[in-house]
Amino acid sequence: MAIKDIDQVGLDTYKFGFHDDIQPVYTSPKGLSEDVVREISRQKDEPAWMLDFRLEALREFERKAMPTWGADLSRIDFDDIHYYIRPQDRQARSWDDVPEDIKSTFDKLGIPEAERKFLAGVGAQYDSEVVYHSIRDDLEEQGVIFLDMDSGLREHEDVVREYFGTVIPNGDNKFAALNSAVWSGGSFVYVPEGVRVEIPLQAYFRINAENMGQFERTLIIVEPGAYVHYVEGCTAPVYATDSLHSAVVEIIVKEGGRCRYTTIQNWSTDVFNLVTKRAVAYRDATMEWVDGNLGSKVTMKYPAVYLMEPGAHGEVLSIAFAGEDQHQDAGAKMVHAAPDTSSLITSKSISRKGGRTAYRGYVQVMPEAERCRSNVECDALLIDDRSRSDTYPYMDIEESDVAIQHEATVSKVSDQQLFYLMSRGLTQEQAMAMVVSGFIEPIVKELPMEYAVEMNRLIELQMEGSIG
Amino acid sequence: MSPTHTVHPVVMPLCPGDQKQETSSTRMTATNGQTTLSIRDLHVSVDDTEILRGVTLEVAAGQVHALMGPNGSGKSTLANALMGHPAYEITAGQVHFKGQDVLELETDERARLGMFLAFQYPAEIPGVRVASFLRMALNARRENEISVMEFRRLLLDKMQMLRMDPKFASRYLNDGFSGGEKKRNEILQLAVLEPELAILDETDSGLDIDALRIVSDGVNRLRGANLGVLVITHYQRLLNYIEPDRVHVLIDGRVVESGGKELAERLEAEGYERYGAAAASEDA
Repeated sequence: MAIKDIDQVGLDTYKFGFHDDIQPVYTSPKGLSEDVVREISRQKDEPAWMLDFRLEALREFERKAMPTWGADLSRIDFDDIHYYIRPQDRQARSWDDVPEDIKSTFDKLGIPEAERKFLAGVGAQYDSEVVYHSIRDDLEEQGVIFLDMDSGLREHEDVVREYFGTVIPNGDNKFAALNSAVWSGGSFVYVPEGVRVEIPLQAYFRINAENMGQFERTLIIVEPGAYVHYVEGCTAPVYATDSLHSAVVEIIVKEGGRCRYTTIQNWSTDVFNLVTKRAVAYRDATMEWVDGNLGSKVTMKYPAVYLMEPGAHGEVLSIAFAGEDQHQDAGAKMVHAAPDTSSLITSKSISRKGGRTAYRGYVQVMPEAERCRSNVECDALLIDDRSRSDTYPYMDIEESDVAIQHEATVSKVSDQQLFYLMSRGLTQEQAMAMVVSGFIEPIVKELPMEYAVEMNRLIELQMEGSIG
Repeated sequence: MSPTHTVHPVVMPLCPGDQKQETSSTRMTATNGQTTLSIRDLHVSVDDTEILRGVTLEVAAGQVHALMGPNGSGKSTLANALMGHPAYEITAGQVHFKGQDVLELETDERARLGMFLAFQYPAEIPGVRVASFLRMALNARRENEISVMEFRRLLLDKMQMLRMDPKFASRYLNDGFSGGEKKRNEILQLAVLEPELAILDETDSGLDIDALRIVSDGVNRLRGANLGVLVITHYQRLLNYIEPDRVHVLIDGRVVESGGKELAERLEAEGYERYGAAAASEDA
């Protein structure tokens, strides 16, 4: 037989399973309590309103039941998690100030030094605190703010207070409440009216302490006519016990503005990745979420766009990959709250070795939101018979003058495709990787080039597996 | 012109081992060139139904052999079995290529050894561009990777030979291709990968006369001392353009007759009826 057993192809071997021995300066005790929340706020020397916000969120978190839909979350032990950890006391403003062992971690991630010079600013979240953050001079001259969230709060308290928690209130859902109570790090981006940020703003994230939660908080404000592309990518070290990542991302795109938010996540396969991402888009504004979920044990993530005024447009492009013991429950949410708004959801998922993916989408058209258009396309690729893919397309349409389309396909990598590619000399792993790369190509081509290259390399690496 | 041909029903004894080995070496010395492909008493089943019932065939380097037969005679089965398709089970017989036991090898190993199959129905691979696929395939059989620039030159050169629009290179592999485009793409791959044995499985089907000319012209340019070709076809039409050195007739899983190119002409005139009622009805 020319085609080998599919299980011999190690699709989801985790490549970045390493961690440096960093000594954190302050680590909170395990478990969540009012004292822990107060201590986090005290360590950060926050204003009283933020402490109140956190404490209120803590009460919401305790009040809310665990979600019973979606993935199995019963194995999360909230008492067995560190909610705050800080690797060093002060922030590095230039690359020279970044400690060597942290640099070496970035080296292992394969982020070349030369590439960094092209980056407008690099906010690297190492453990809970942003350790390195720089903004190119011309961005500063344009009035663009790109800081970690903690610094944003210190240096631009008025702006933060005006918008923080307005898109995702602290009681929005159990995990948004948890994040609101213990958040640390994340990015604060402000783009003034009419400013186009030509280079993507990039941030690299990493979890690096066993049982340590990561609760970053990102707030992006795009003023009228402005444009920004924010990019985050993560890899994480492999640990035996479960880790929790619960982020909140809030974005406001004002009239005629455009924001694209690109995420490539490759969490190690023990991480619960439960993220709340939501944007509001005003008149003629465009919000695009590009979302790639490769790792983690469980992901629940449904980037949302609230289309608040006529002409607003929302897009979600997502890729989910689930291997053995992985459950990727991902999707999108579009709320058409005004007439003449449009949305586009394109979702691609890949399942293998018993992995499970789900597309969970919600499209809502409010009364009198006439002439709305929404197009949903979700494609699932199953690599073997043991794997599973589900589609849950919820629609709540309260207006008749609308055009809503939904299309779902499920396909398998066929023997015919593998045979064809192998008959040209590609190994089975290469052939499989090629079919998978082709499947996600419509989304990969939307990524910044270095991410597209990285994404394809990641897929190839994961296909190589155990066969020499 | 009165065609001359020899009829020799090839019903090889089913016993394995030395006896066949000897028969084969006798035959090998009889051919002029060095034997590239040697098929001996090949039996192939699909879903437990025997399709090939003892095929023996040799293709020497530099020669073009045509395998003709009606629908259902097992032509495509032979093509797929030679390349190692997992659905085709070899129940008996041997296949050697360049002296190596091919049946021991995976499909990709056969390809890297120099075998190539131009598919009757090429698979569609959405999202994968013709150029990136071909570069990877070419690199798979090279020791050192070809540079992007060098590959680009090579590809454009071959595409020009086949009168293909350069834009073709950035289309997704066979995805939404017309029948003719798929076939032309197969020959493009043949031209770029430069194998030592090309099996063309019904490459003429679905081609209009202009495309047939271009494709045949491409194959003819690739002919040479290093390339053995096995052309599988139902009709003689293709052989007007690609002139075979030898023609074999496959009926009901066996080669029943071999001869020169005139055999193909006779088949065109007379059809496959003379080989029996079963073949004739399948042909209808």
